[in-house]
Amino acid sequence: MNNKIRKLIPQIITLLVVLLIFGFFTYNAQNNMDNRGIDFGFGFLKQESSFDVQFSLIDYDGSHSYARAYLVGLLNTLLVAFIGIVLSTIIGVIVGIARLSPNYLIERSAAYYVEFFRNIPLLLQIFFWYFAALRALPLPEKAEPFFGVFFLTIKGLFVPAFIWNNLDIFIYSIIAAIISILAIKTYAKKLQENQGKQLPVFYISFALLIILPALTFLIGGVTLEFEVPVLKQIAKTAFVFKGGVGLPPELIALTLALALYTATFIAECVRAGIQGISKGQKEAAASIGLNPNQILKLVIMPQALRIIIPPTTNQYLNLTKNSSLAAAIAYPDLVLVFAGTALMQTGRAIEIVSITMLTYLSISLAISLLMNWYNKKIAIKEK
Amino acid sequence: MLKYIKQLTSFVALVAVLFTFTTEAMAAKKSKTLKNTIKKGFVRCGVSQGLPGFSNADASGNWTGVDVDVCRAVAAAVLGDANKVKFTPLSAKERFTALTSGEIDVLSRNTTWTLSRDADIGLTFVGVNFYDGQGFMVRKSSGITSTSQFKNGISACTNIGTTTELNMRDFFNSKGISYEPVAFEKADEVVAAYDAGRCDTYTTDKSGLAAQRTKMQNPDEHIVLPETISKEPLGPVVRQGDAVWEDIVRWSLNTMIEAEEYGINSGNADSMKTSENPAIKRLVGAEGELGAALGLDNDWSLRIIKQVGNYGESYKRNIADPGILPDRGPNQIWTKGGLLYTPPAR
Repeated sequence: MNNKIRKLIPQIITLLVVLLIFGFFTYNAQNNMDNRGIDFGFGFLKQESSFDVQFSLIDYDGSHSYARAYLVGLLNTLLVAFIGIVLSTIIGVIVGIARLSPNYLIERSAAYYVEFFRNIPLLLQIFFWYFAALRALPLPEKAEPFFGVFFLTIKGLFVPAFIWNNLDIFIYSIIAAIISILAIKTYAKKLQENQGKQLPVFYISFALLIILPALTFLIGGVTLEFEVPVLKQIAKTAFVFKGGVGLPPELIALTLALALYTATFIAECVRAGIQGISKGQKEAAASIGLNPNQILKLVIMPQALRIIIPPTTNQYLNLTKNSSLAAAIAYPDLVLVFAGTALMQTGRAIEIVSITMLTYLSISLAISLLMNWYNKKIAIKEK
Repeated sequence: MLKYIKQLTSFVALVAVLFTFTTEAMAAKKSKTLKNTIKKGFVRCGVSQGLPGFSNADASGNWTGVDVDVCRAVAAAVLGDANKVKFTPLSAKERFTALTSGEIDVLSRNTTWTLSRDADIGLTFVGVNFYDGQGFMVRKSSGITSTSQFKNGISACTNIGTTTELNMRDFFNSKGISYEPVAFEKADEVVAAYDAGRCDTYTTDKSGLAAQRTKMQNPDEHIVLPETISKEPLGPVVRQGDAVWEDIVRWSLNTMIEAEEYGINSGNADSMKTSENPAIKRLVGAEGELGAALGLDNDWSLRIIKQVGNYGESYKRNIADPGILPDRGPNQIWTKGGLLYTPPAR
């Protein structure tokens, strides 16, 4: 028997055992379902869902199908994950850098923030932001507006809605600005390599991003109006806001809790990344005349990112999966809408739970892939 | 080489063991539930996570309520002791999975009997132990006294995974009112959110509203509106596919109701053995062989009446006396103008 086959046998046996175990569970589930008169199938997805959802990014009501309800839940989950990731990254990076600040007060407050928020269970934090904050917020009729147009009340945050004219021209102008910024960046790099001159790329980009869209207002016929939310009385002591955009308090509490919790871990990743770069690098950079900003941007950060990205990816995945705690506070995410209400109304536990599991798996793998791609891009390129 | 043969044999053995378990599972007999219950020595009963009057645990872990009494009746009939019940508190979302997966054997958790639940998901409803309907609760200060005063934009707190969500949609749609549904997984959170002012109204079964109202910070500040927007016949549920067990649970409930109809209660049950009325004698086991038909002894129904009491006693003890719903309404024996009407035990 040659070596190759010898190595192969345990592999094959392992595979067989895995398949057998899987087959055993499938067979048993099938058998039990048959005994109890439960059939298996995905036909229910086309049926009318006949339940409404509080908050949806797409047009939905109970006359749509269960498949559409799934989409509503999925988009709501992605929304929380997206806002959560952006917010937690911003807070995390700021706090992480603050933890290395020579200023005692800043360093200590950052440290206390991290130790406080990462050591309290997330579900409790969600309940805290929801129930404690709910009770602290005013009723709609008693809400004091911020800047006259934002209303933060127990029934949610109400902001003015944008009503655009010729929105497409405005969007084209932004795309044009981005393209010209990229072109200028390439040109600036070439200029520096060839002639050693430096262009103030940042200021030019900033100006472009303001001026081009602004021009569309002046000469492109683009107009923007605000629809300010208006208080309306529906009963003696019951009021609602009409018009504008309403963000439910459930969404606000959930993203706040997720972002503040995950940011603590990201802050630690950032701190570890920066501290992982040897002091010599900074000193060497200073000795060739780079200023502190350039040192951070050109020498420290590119190296630190290699340490920061992989553990931060884990935190992004955690945040996405933790968003399923939404069910506790009535935010209609995938778990509440699909694995909750839809599961109960149809009784299709196995089908719905497997779809939900596969969905979370796909979201996580997609985030993972994206971050791995980014990690590869910034990794040391051996020449 | 020997090492691989060893590995191989251990894997084969593992697989063989797995398959023996499968055949064991397949050899399940028809009334497996009854056999298992007697073997375990207790009835496994799924109840709510705390709904006063229906299933609620006190500080020392004693469960009381009309739903709880159904399980106690089954335990009295099958095991001879109404206390031999293991209660599993379940959320609305978990309840059916717990039953179909075999974690519990009776689900007695204010569950509405509907066609799709009965036919589609491997469940069988055995009867109705409470006739209910969905209603709305509002704050007194709102000045709302009828659902006809509801206006566009009203927000309504409720539970997920219940018929409530569907009825609410039907109701608001038929009235052409736009509303904001805020659906929580647990009842306690619904109450907390409504109480905090998140919602203008709280909707669920009227019995539930009456029971939850007692949990509010200031019960007097809230009223239940008079309208009933749906039929909610609540009753115990068993798994499909065990006809004997289904009959035992059905007739345990029926015994309680019929006992009230004939005036038999926990106090006079023994003396009723000498009654002139053959229907009464059958119910207390003095005549006929009704127990045998269910695979039980002949005193099964007498034990239910003596240990748990008749339906009226259970209602008075759990719902009327604590002041939840003093008026029995439709939950009265048919001879007194209610809806409780059981097939005869004979």
